[in-house]
Amino acid sequence: MEAGAARLPRRRRRSVFRGEHRLGAAMLAPSLAVIGLVAAYPIFYAIWLSLNEYSVITPGLSRFVGFDNYSEALGSSQFWDAMKTTVLFTVISVGLELVIGLAMALVMHRAFRGRALLRAVVLVPWAILTVVTAITWRTIFEPELGFVNTMLNTLGLPGGDIVWLGEEGYALAVMIFADVWKTAPFMALLLLAGLQGIPDELHDAAKVDGASGWQRFRRITLPLLVPAITVALIFRTLDAMRIFDLPYILTKGANGTETLSLIAQEELVTNRNTGLGSALSVLTFLTVMGVSFLYIRFIGGNIRALTED
Amino acid sequence: MGRVEPKQVVLWLAVAAIVVFCLFPFYWLINTSLKSGADLSGAALLPPTPTLDNYTSIFEDDNFTMALRNSAIIAGSVTALSLLIGSFAGYALARLHLPFKFLILAIVLSISTFPPIAIAAPVFELWTDIGLYNTYLGLILPSLAFGLPLTVYILASFFRDIPRELEEAAMVDGASRFQAFRKIVVPLGAPGVVTAGLLVFIFVWNEFLFAITLTSTPERRPVPAAIAFFTGSQQFEIPLGTISAASVVVTVPLIVLVLIFQRRIVAGLTAGAVKG
Repeated sequence: MEAGAARLPRRRRRSVFRGEHRLGAAMLAPSLAVIGLVAAYPIFYAIWLSLNEYSVITPGLSRFVGFDNYSEALGSSQFWDAMKTTVLFTVISVGLELVIGLAMALVMHRAFRGRALLRAVVLVPWAILTVVTAITWRTIFEPELGFVNTMLNTLGLPGGDIVWLGEEGYALAVMIFADVWKTAPFMALLLLAGLQGIPDELHDAAKVDGASGWQRFRRITLPLLVPAITVALIFRTLDAMRIFDLPYILTKGANGTETLSLIAQEELVTNRNTGLGSALSVLTFLTVMGVSFLYIRFIGGNIRALTED
Repeated sequence: MGRVEPKQVVLWLAVAAIVVFCLFPFYWLINTSLKSGADLSGAALLPPTPTLDNYTSIFEDDNFTMALRNSAIIAGSVTALSLLIGSFAGYALARLHLPFKFLILAIVLSISTFPPIAIAAPVFELWTDIGLYNTYLGLILPSLAFGLPLTVYILASFFRDIPRELEEAAMVDGASRFQAFRKIVVPLGAPGVVTAGLLVFIFVWNEFLFAITLTSTPERRPVPAAIAFFTGSQQFEIPLGTISAASVVVTVPLIVLVLIFQRRIVAGLTAGAVKG
């Protein structure tokens, strides 16, 4: 009697579970299908493409060449130059974005009238298309009619004759500048959310104990902001390492602005060199994957919180 | 109050600096778009003889109007599809008892960190083989794959905050699990749906690599690609005025969205970042 009563609910619970599994599978299927078909499968296909050589003359003609494309890519100065440019661009622009973004966040955290308006203003660069960002800065740094050179000349300052995008070093600087302009505000908003999570009581208590503003920033704000800073850095590093549109519009990769994504796309689409292009894409993928791994590890706690029963 | 404190002055100077930093470049673009002819070669902060010529000329240009149409179709479809199927997945991950949920969400999210070029290369080959190259669907699918992880993540976190009791009450009243999802969870999670929708729309409107790699004609080319291929009436010269006008036109809708939905967007952007 008792055993029977205990069994019944359990069986029913199991059937509820099975129904839930079926519903869950059905609800997950479309998303997983799209992601599997258009994101996961292509990665494996790219690896296969990269192990072959393709005839440019006869479409469809190919032969297996093993790691030849990789040794060609890794042996070329173009790849290592692009790697250097990508890393340099990432380190400098993400570093500047952190400093400027933090400064902006600290200002926005102060109470003043119009704070909500300022937050909207800060979203403007973020909302502007990257292609348009590139065009804007190209216009501003235009050698003859651009704002920068005209200003320098009017004020009698040196540098008014520099062709900014036409010279190695300066071209990368403009690219970094454009990226910092577009994404420092985004960084600021992420850090502002972190600042808002720090209880006011901590600052009040420190004030009572006689801590200066700088001391409070160093000892309270900064340490408590570390998680927000870490995520913001990972986010931005991921994006910076994949950068493509900015150098494409600014310089088409000329004058030391060729990034990993740019050389891969060029090899693939412009030169129609499928094997080498795929090898370069796979190498870009592997380079970024290290950072992706950090990202998933870091937000692992969030994922767990969202998915635990 | 009454007297001006030095601290306040510093704060307002900092605010002014941020505003100029954020808005000046876009102002410069608008300024350039209102100039033509000889005015273009001066760095006047206001157009000496403002004209809408550049705007009339881009709207007479089929390449530009087609690009606007293409982008609207592609970004609209991706947003709708990703909200539809992403809300299913978000609900399943946030609410249903399923095995491997952690793993599934982790894999889905890691997709969003892939460099698009690693996808664009093989997809370009695949699409050429099966006839999806230079089609709407051919552009919608990859953008959807990149938009979905964000949608699923945002919706899962919004759905999770809706009290379970509401769903249970509906199911006691005879609703099926799916009906409870559709009639209770989705309407209550509407703010999350709006947030995710906005972010996906902006992401797709901005997308450039797929846009130039997977299209070949103006009939299918979205806005960012069209702007990149923009050539004015005079060849060999960057048509500054018209390019600026086109850039302003494609940016204004996004800025309006951002100003209206500022709060929602910031919530969505920080959702993936700060909790922890």
